[in-house]
Amino acid sequence: MLIDVHAHFYTEKSGRGDWREVNARRLEAGARIGITAHVASVLGTWGARSPVYFPSPDDVIHANDGMAACCAEHPGLVFGYCLVNPNYTEHAIREIETRCAAGFVGVKLAASRRADDGLLDPIVDAARRVGVPILQHVFQHRRRDWPSQEASDATELAALAGRHPGTKFILAHLGGGGDWQHSLRALGDVPNVWVDLSGSGIDTGMLEASIESVGVARLLWGADVTLDTGFAKLRFLERLGLPDAEVSAIRHGNAEAVFPRGAFR
Amino acid sequence: MIVDVSAFIGPYPYRHLADPSPERLIQDLDRVGIDRAWVGHLPSVIYRDPRPGTAELLRLLDRHRDRLDPIPTIHPSLPGWEEDLRQAGLVGAPAVRAYPSHQGLDPAGAEMRALIAAAADARLPVVVTVKLEDLRQRHPLDLAPDLPGAALRRLAREHPESRMLVTHADRSLVEEVHFGLTPAEAARVLWDISWIWGPPEGHLGLLLETVGVARFTLGTGLPLRLPEGAMAKLDLLGLAAADRAALTGGNLQRWRE
Repeated sequence: MLIDVHAHFYTEKSGRGDWREVNARRLEAGARIGITAHVASVLGTWGARSPVYFPSPDDVIHANDGMAACCAEHPGLVFGYCLVNPNYTEHAIREIETRCAAGFVGVKLAASRRADDGLLDPIVDAARRVGVPILQHVFQHRRRDWPSQEASDATELAALAGRHPGTKFILAHLGGGGDWQHSLRALGDVPNVWVDLSGSGIDTGMLEASIESVGVARLLWGADVTLDTGFAKLRFLERLGLPDAEVSAIRHGNAEAVFPRGAFR
Repeated sequence: MIVDVSAFIGPYPYRHLADPSPERLIQDLDRVGIDRAWVGHLPSVIYRDPRPGTAELLRLLDRHRDRLDPIPTIHPSLPGWEEDLRQAGLVGAPAVRAYPSHQGLDPAGAEMRALIAAAADARLPVVVTVKLEDLRQRHPLDLAPDLPGAALRRLAREHPESRMLVTHADRSLVEEVHFGLTPAEAARVLWDISWIWGPPEGHLGLLLETVGVARFTLGTGLPLRLPEGAMAKLDLLGLAAADRAALTGGNLQRWRE
């Protein structure tokens, strides 16, 4: 088994004419890599009608509808995160309750609000009630504001996780740009945050440092928008000399423990 | 013969590298099945004078010349850089490197244009690197901007016999330079694949169709980046054997001839 905990799909409203082809290429390349589960979200309309990281409520609904359709089209292969914008708190809670009751396996928090903001507390409570983890978009060591997002970094996610020890969090795309060393330092003793290894970054030393500072049991394999770099990190992990059980844990075992029981069977 | 055109030895000032030695580089190449590498000296990227760095590069690679080719760094604003270029030819370097952004040079300025022309006269390609790390992760002191397309186009037009290898470029940069040159100019530019996205965006697959297979070659970015990245891109493309052979060494050989 191989579970990609950080995937994305597109819809007809994603503002790109090749959305079907991109979705198809993900599944095709995923088959080549051996991915058995794509855990994915649609980020609103990807900027076509509202900003990628600040999706309007209408675009949140469209995204989650699109994700549900994708899951239905590929049962047992594609699984959904429920996208929310916590600035619309009641709407976000309704989406989480409705979508997860219908089979979504996680909540996707993008960058509409800092992770340590109190506005996220009711969102986290909702995720805990329905028993799903939260994938938090993170900029690894945010030293300044970046355009078009209110990005969080690992220290802020750690603060949120500390307030909610009963909820499971996933730090998004350790290799997705920024200073991953900073994130690993911040998460060393935060047991309810798992690290998603996805992102276009394939720095040498990153995987060894992740194992050393966070530990194999809190690492999750993923790809995000570059399956080739995900594949590269997978190959490196498999050649690193780890025991088979630890490789399996990163490939799928840890994900199976983070997401609802039996989600991928 | 599978050749990596974008490898280095030596420490990097902004991030600890576990073992940036030539011996470790060879182990990494072996792990992914690469036969040979063009090797730059990483500290020389920011040395005020890279000549001692080149001496160290040659010394460290001396026992490994069957696998590793030295690519000396030239700083074309220093007095006597022409002698460094001549020495590069004498030691059998297949190319030279320059880092205008890190060397504080206008990437399309008189110094870089002079280097391109002199290297062309010496029949040595010039390797330029768009970036060493993702913009988002750079150390606060690493302010060197990515090489811009306008500069690359200007350099490619400088001399009718010049050859320029551009490493660590992404799709948009390749496109704006390639289609901003005449076919004859574009044919003298070779691109490594290390920083071009694979699926699902499929940038590399698209560029192989639009720009052409012949314009690309294998690069890894070792020891800064995992060499599995470049190999994974190729494996996911499902290439015909001839195209894969071209991308892993054949294009480089033809481009050098």
